Parts: sequence; structure tokens; C-alpha cells
Amino acid sequence: MLRDITLGQYYQTDSVIHRLDPRVKLTSTFVFIISLFLVKNVWGYLIALCFLAGVIRLSKVPFKFMIKGMKAIVFLLLLTVVFNLFLTPGTPLIQIWKLTITKEGLRTAVMMAVRLTFLIIGSSVMTLTTTPNNLTDGLESLMKPLNKIKVPVHEIAMMMSIALRFIPILLEETDKIMKAQIARGADFESGNIIKKAKAMVPLLVPLFISAFRRANDLAMAMEARCYRGGEHRTKMKPLIYKRRDRIAYFVLLAYFAACIGIGRL
Amino acid sequence: MSLILNHVYHIYGEDTTLQTAALQDICLTINDGDFIGLIGHTGSGKSTLVQHLNGLLKASKGDILFNGQDIYDKDFSLKDLRSRVGLVFQYPEHQLFETTVFEDVCFGPKNLGLSQKEVELRAYEALKQVGLEDDFFYQSPFELSGGQKRRVAIAGVLAMKPDILVLDEPTAGLDPKGRDEILGQVKKLHDESNITVVLVSHSMEDVANYVNRIVVMNRGRILYDDVPKAVFSHYKELEEVGLAAPQVTYIMHKLLEEGFPVRTDATTIKEAADEILRVIG
Repeated sequence: MLRDITLGQYYQTDSVIHRLDPRVKLTSTFVFIISLFLVKNVWGYLIALCFLAGVIRLSKVPFKFMIKGMKAIVFLLLLTVVFNLFLTPGTPLIQIWKLTITKEGLRTAVMMAVRLTFLIIGSSVMTLTTTPNNLTDGLESLMKPLNKIKVPVHEIAMMMSIALRFIPILLEETDKIMKAQIARGADFESGNIIKKAKAMVPLLVPLFISAFRRANDLAMAMEARCYRGGEHRTKMKPLIYKRRDRIAYFVLLAYFAACIGIGRL
Repeated sequence: MSLILNHVYHIYGEDTTLQTAALQDICLTINDGDFIGLIGHTGSGKSTLVQHLNGLLKASKGDILFNGQDIYDKDFSLKDLRSRVGLVFQYPEHQLFETTVFEDVCFGPKNLGLSQKEVELRAYEALKQVGLEDDFFYQSPFELSGGQKRRVAIAGVLAMKPDILVLDEPTAGLDPKGRDEILGQVKKLHDESNITVVLVSHSMEDVANYVNRIVVMNRGRILYDDVPKAVFSHYKELEEVGLAAPQVTYIMHKLLEEGFPVRTDATTIKEAADEILRVIG
């Protein structure tokens, strides 16, 4: 029922992209997103498309999975396209009733659609190929310099990894409670908004109670193992750059240079 | 009245790398008045199977017939099926949500669209059936002990007056006393109200005293489906799949090896004691 959410989900398989250091993947995603907003012409987008297609190919994740993540933003995408299409001033192209589609509007609309699509697919490639634990490890390591200005980097990373870890647990729990209430004749689907909202009570109350219970248990377990934050804490699997990571950085640099060089002409 | 599973398959995570077949070629007939123990090791597919019985999960392949009607037919009301086949999940106390015990038990019958009077009557009756004292009726369900919570949750399903009651590990996490009480009440329900019961467990010991038929599952398949005595005679094969026959089975076999001419098919401690007394008496 609820298992269809792909954004932020890991797809298990063995590929070069999966084995890359999470820091490389985080940086790459960041650079890729920046590049999408820097390029101005078709060539730039073609380069981005090639880069993305190449990475997806290497990752061995079925393309179907990326598309699943897209479903969540279809509405946002349509809204952006429609607004850009009709509300950008410029040379009129087609006029339907009071709405005018301009040449500039069409251009921005298409550009925005492509940007958003690439952005979402690009970030789902990262989350699909990186385990949540790796991801937060990478984030912690990348944000370490912020420690100097008193940002509690380790605590933030720990909170993130716990939050990420709890997503599948709570989804499963929701699924279970939902089934249990459906078995007692609950109906989550029919009726108007008020009726539907009321029908959520038998789901939400047990879910909250279980979330608090789990949080409590986890806190207890962490304290029992003398967890006390990031100070002097070592890692079982420290992040170390390997040859493939250096190659990946080089490819990324080449891609970015190409984007700036050709895409901004 | 019967529930028939005909070559049912269930596959989790189809089209992913994590694809696993949870159920394979399950054929099972649940007859009126049966008291079935569904036994299997963790991950053998017990819980998946019971969720098919009231249509919560849809079989990947195969059909399920309730009184001769295909439950996957378009005009078959799953809601109706769910009121006839009551399913009590593992740790059912986690589904409690109302402000009082009584109201929580009312939830099920209320969803059936019964009159307020009938709803309250059924809730009262169900709470009595699970042996809960009147004092608890208007307390918050969250203030009760684990065993009491579980009884309230079971009453919540009983109040729908199902023909078939399916309990998924109803004794998990309870102490021996709580376990015996719950199982004893289920047995009483079966005998007095003539409800068909399917009891899921991973312990032979638990169910041996109560059921009249045992279905053993292993890796998504049905291994044995027979009366307890016949199933326990395979105690060596049971061990291979991570299960065990009741301790009395082992004692009787050991006694036989040591030269006492006892019959080895006793399933309960009382039967075993009678048999030993008969031989040495």
C-alpha cells in the first residue's frame, strides 16, 4: 500500500555508483543541480542529459524506479509549466481567449520542466544508490568544517540518520495498523474530506503512541551503550577516498567545465 | 461454511531485486468448527497466509473461495468477508486508540453499521467472553497491563461476531499464566460459541493442548496438514525445519527406547501420564 514511495529509498544492487564514496555522490548531486541552473542553451541540457543517462546506466537501477519518484512531483511540475507558459510577458505566439502564450513563456516553461525533472531524477539516483547510513556519514564528513563555528555537526547527522532509519519502520507500522483497523471494518477510502479525516484517528493515535514508544526505547538503548555524542568517537568504517572516487571527481569536473563552456554560450 | 485456498501464491516485491515468494502453492480448506493450529518457523509465511484469509493481501496467483464464492470477484464484498473472518494481528494491543476500553471494542461493530444498542450489547458480550472485569470498561486502554490490553484487542474483533476467528501469535510476549488464560478463553469460545478458530504460533507446545488439526508451514509451503498425533510422529522432520514436537513426545519416545512398551502418540501431559501409569501400573 505505502511501499510505493521511492524518493529517499535505497535500491540494492552492486554497481560502480553504489560503491562510490558517499561524499563523491553528495558533491556530484550538488554540482549537478548547480549546473542545471547555470546552463542556458539546448547544448547544456544535452550534456546534462548525457551525464545523467550515463550515471543511471552505470548504477544498474531500473529506470522505472526513477520514474516512480517523479509521480510525487507531477502536480508541482504541471503548476510550474502552466504559470510560466501563460504569465511570462513577451512576443505573443498563440492567444486562447484571454490567455496568451508567449515565445519567452514557452521557452521558460520547457526549461523549468526539464530542470525540475533532471533535478528530481538526479537526486533520486543518489538516494537510490546510497544507504541512508552512508549518506549521513558523508554529510557529517562534508560538514565537519562547520564544527569550528559551533555547529553540532555530529548531532545533526545522528538525528538525520535516525530520522531516515525510522521512515521504513513507521511506514511498516502504518501499514500494519491500517490493516488491523481495516480488519475491524475501518474504511479509509470512501466519504468526504471530513469523514476521511475522522477515519484517520484510529490510525494516527496508535501510530503516534508507537513512535514515542520506539523513540523512548532507542534513547534507552543508546544511553545503555554509553552514547554521548560526537566527541572522540571513532568509526568502524571510516570514509577513505579510493581510486574510483578520484576518477569520479575528475569526470565531474570535466562535466562541469563542459557545462560552463558550452552551456552558457 | 468453509474457506478454501486453491493453489495460492504470494510474491513480495515483484520486479525488484528483493523479490521473495512468501507463499507457494498453498492449498488449504478450513471447515466449520475446525480448531486449527498454524505452525511455522519465523519467516515461514504464516502471517502472510492469514492476511489472505480476510482479503487484506491479494494472492499473486490462485484463488480463495468463501462459501463457494471467489473473494476476488468484483461483486464480492470484502467488507462483508472481514466481518465474517475476524483477524487478530500480532501484538493487537498496538491498535487500541479510543479513550475507553468499551468504546474501543465498539469500533468494530460500529463499522458494521449496527444500531447503537446492538453495538453496545456486542461490545459488552465480547468483553465478557475474554474475561475482562466490569471495573476496567471505562478506563483508558493505555492504563491496562499487557495481557489485559491484548484481551481488549481480541474483544474488539470478537464484537464483530465472526464465524472464523484467526489469531496471529496471540500469546507473543505474555508470561505462561497470561498465555494459558488467553488460550483457555479461545478454547472456550470455540467449544461454546462454535466459532472456527485458526491459531498461529511457532510453538507446538502451546497449541498441542487445544487444537484438533495442525498445519505446519515451511518456507512458504504447507509441510503437514493433519491431526496433532500424526504431525508429531514426524518429530524428527519437524526438528529439521526448526520446530519441535511437544516435550511429552520426546519423553514417550525415550521411554520406548528404554524398553517400556508405551504408545508414543500422547500429545498432552495428561495423556502421557495416563499412558505411563497404564504401562507401569
